[in-house]
Amino acid sequence: MHGYVKTGNSQPAWLFPFVVIVVLILSVLPLARLAMVGISAFADGGVMTVLSEASLWSATYYTVVTAILGTIISLVIGCLFAFLLTLTDIRAKGPLSFFFVLPMMIPPQVTALAWVQMSGPSSPLLKALSIAPPLGSPQPLYSVGGIALLYGVQHAPLVYLALRAGLMTLPRDGVEAARLSGASSLRVFRDIILPLSLPGIIAGAAISFVSCTGNFGIPAILGIPASIFTLPTLIFTKFSAFTSRTFGDVAVLSAIIAIISVVGLMIQDRALRGRDYRVIGLSGASAAFELGAWRFALTPLVWVILFFMLAAPFFALLAGALVPAYGVPLTFKTMSLHAFEEILFRQAVTRTAFVNSLSLAGATALGLLVVTMLAAYALTRRKDAASRIVSGLIEIPYSLPGIVMAVSFILVFAAPIPFLRVSLYGTIWIILIAYFSSFFAVSLKPVVSAFHQLDPALEEAARLSGAGFFRRLADIIVPLIAPAAGASVILVFLIACNELTISALLWSAGTQTLGVAIYNLDDSGSSDLASALSVLVVVMVVMLMLLLELLAKQLPKGVVPWRG
Amino acid sequence: MARLILNQLGKDFGTGRAVVSGFSLDVREGGFLALLGPSGCGKTTVLRMIAGFETPTDGSVHLGERLLADAAQSLPPEKRNMAMVFQSYALWPHMSVADNVGYPLKVRGISGETYRTKVRDALGIVRLAEYAERRPADLSGGQRQRVALARCLVTSPDVVLLDEPLANLDRHLKQEMEETFREFHQRSGATMIYVTHDQSEAMALATDIAVMSEGRLLQVAPPAEIYARPEGRVVGGLIGRGAIVTLPRVAGNCRAFDRPVLEPLFAGAVAGTASGDRMDVLVRPEDVMVSGENTAAGEGIAAAVESVLFEGERYALKLTLADGQTLRAYSRFPVRTGDSLRLSVRAAWRL
Repeated sequence: MHGYVKTGNSQPAWLFPFVVIVVLILSVLPLARLAMVGISAFADGGVMTVLSEASLWSATYYTVVTAILGTIISLVIGCLFAFLLTLTDIRAKGPLSFFFVLPMMIPPQVTALAWVQMSGPSSPLLKALSIAPPLGSPQPLYSVGGIALLYGVQHAPLVYLALRAGLMTLPRDGVEAARLSGASSLRVFRDIILPLSLPGIIAGAAISFVSCTGNFGIPAILGIPASIFTLPTLIFTKFSAFTSRTFGDVAVLSAIIAIISVVGLMIQDRALRGRDYRVIGLSGASAAFELGAWRFALTPLVWVILFFMLAAPFFALLAGALVPAYGVPLTFKTMSLHAFEEILFRQAVTRTAFVNSLSLAGATALGLLVVTMLAAYALTRRKDAASRIVSGLIEIPYSLPGIVMAVSFILVFAAPIPFLRVSLYGTIWIILIAYFSSFFAVSLKPVVSAFHQLDPALEEAARLSGAGFFRRLADIIVPLIAPAAGASVILVFLIACNELTISALLWSAGTQTLGVAIYNLDDSGSSDLASALSVLVVVMVVMLMLLLELLAKQLPKGVVPWRG
Repeated sequence: MARLILNQLGKDFGTGRAVVSGFSLDVREGGFLALLGPSGCGKTTVLRMIAGFETPTDGSVHLGERLLADAAQSLPPEKRNMAMVFQSYALWPHMSVADNVGYPLKVRGISGETYRTKVRDALGIVRLAEYAERRPADLSGGQRQRVALARCLVTSPDVVLLDEPLANLDRHLKQEMEETFREFHQRSGATMIYVTHDQSEAMALATDIAVMSEGRLLQVAPPAEIYARPEGRVVGGLIGRGAIVTLPRVAGNCRAFDRPVLEPLFAGAVAGTASGDRMDVLVRPEDVMVSGENTAAGEGIAAAVESVLFEGERYALKLTLADGQTLRAYSRFPVRTGDSLRLSVRAAWRL
């Protein structure tokens, strides 16, 4: 009979299969290809050759050591800020939170560049203040310690966000009950808050560790000059010196990174076991502690840390952009806007990079939005095992280091696509597909949480009114999801625009992104141009974050990461 | 329009235990049926199967000659020409009141003067004409409810479904809305199905009441009938405020007892048939006559006051009989907890 359907389900029959196919292409295909190449390298003995190379073991060693040290630093800073900003009555929490999360949004190579400009004998800023170390003394950041320190700064916001999410649900009445039982502030902290916030701390440490392992920008700028290679930079140099063995080698290297990340996540899983404290009672631990006299010690401390994390590097970057050449001291005489002029109006390379990055980020953000709208609809309306598996598969590419995904996509598209006989390798399309894969989860999260908040009756009422699927989508769902969709677009745009790890491997002449352009400029010695470009990128990041801040009031909780 | 037929309807969400089973019901054309039952009894699932949001795993739903759904196929809700008032009202917050009401027309491709007239009429009926350009967020609970009702009205649907529409309103608004619903039913002539767990709502509104418990239909009858002659303990306990007592069985098929029959039965709790043959009897509080000062003679049934609740126009008493069973009664004069008094029962119904 006409018009009848199999189920009373609200979604058309093609929707879920469509989502599954997209996920198969974006998540399963590249990783399966990586696994295949790895296994075949294993079979033909190629693995043994790679494993016997000393460079691999030293890179693995440096990767793990810098990641562990970086995680410790990010834990210290991240926990301090999370506890102070969530549990105490410290002033100006909003701006503090915004500034503290900023480093996470700034591309790592820009952070590295800024810190290099801030320290060492040739720092334009230190020279301008006449406190630069004597010429010839080593740049202290070109070391394991330097890499770890910047990992810590870059990833402290991740710890902060993970811990904060846990602290927000801490029962305020639990704290008050402990107080009434006669516990002092310190005891309450030790006996109640610390045990309850441990899951958040562990989760934060795991995310930070995995991000450190996959970071490319920081070890590329700080490590390569000192011949300290981590696995991502080793992969990068292998691609630069391309041989017939490269594919097999990098497959093994990325497999090692993937294994290190998975081990990190497994340790987290192990540590979290038995610590699932479901919080009972009223939540919302806003300002459980009064700082009192401590305020006068802690407030300056927090701002000083932020000064060294943000303001000082930014001014160093600005100084680096305003001097005509690296090493020249910044004075009113030497200051010029020449570098900005150069990158904006003269250099074709940077102009192409701008166009590439903006259009890639725009296409990724908007294209993903169409997919995520449909995926979020399908996944929130179905509550079976299949939809949980699909949600899990969407998460994988985002939780793996970007370099692993980049290598996987190279392996998929190195040869022309069968039947179509089109080669994507070396074109901008391969970067776009890799972005789609890596940022799917970023795009999905705000939309899914908006769908969860949507009363299903709103759509059911439209169905009874006679509206079909697309009609409902256009008239009811899209308008109601719009703020979250906007947030999703901005977040993806922000991250895609500043991305370096993926494009560093996938770019070729004419398809360089902003991240690649900054790295290449710095690598070729034009640090003034690299700094100028970085300054523009930072300004763009701040503007986009402010845009999100403006949107925040209309968004479901948790969509704008730095807001409670 | 035609009558709605539910035939051996069943729904199992795959948990192993059916939420609804063997549910058969005919709703006559233009009837106002209240689906009454405790929360979790499956009444909302029945409603959602009628609307098409759930597919039955067993049985079928017909509207007149037309099959709406069975275990194999289902007509999607958008093609059923039904309307529903949701518990949460389900007004679209991004549309004005007029757009909310007019949306079913818009989807059907009606526009221009016809559209405006119909929307204006629908809003007029629920007395919200001057609120047409407001947003739902600017309205009170009762007004939102009326917008939802107007949205049902606008397309003259075959069946109007109401899912506990008064659950979120205060008592005063409830009465006003009950009035509106009744008026709406008379005016539209649509078949209406009203889900509720509140028996007084069901009594006040419906032409027929269907009582459900644990996924099964127990009894369907007009309100007065179901009040006077409930079937079984569950319906008897659910409808009205009566008490169920166990008395020695009376021979014969007679189910309605009067005072002369009841008097010896209550007394015979001591004498008469010793054990075994007993029956459940429903005693309504209005049939329990509590007499004032006649605690003296052996006249009437002895009882002790367990609790007293002042309800304004009367006192509601909970009484304990000599054998420990409970009766409910009303009294026009105050009594104290612990008082002993005498009562007589003028009518009771065997369940």
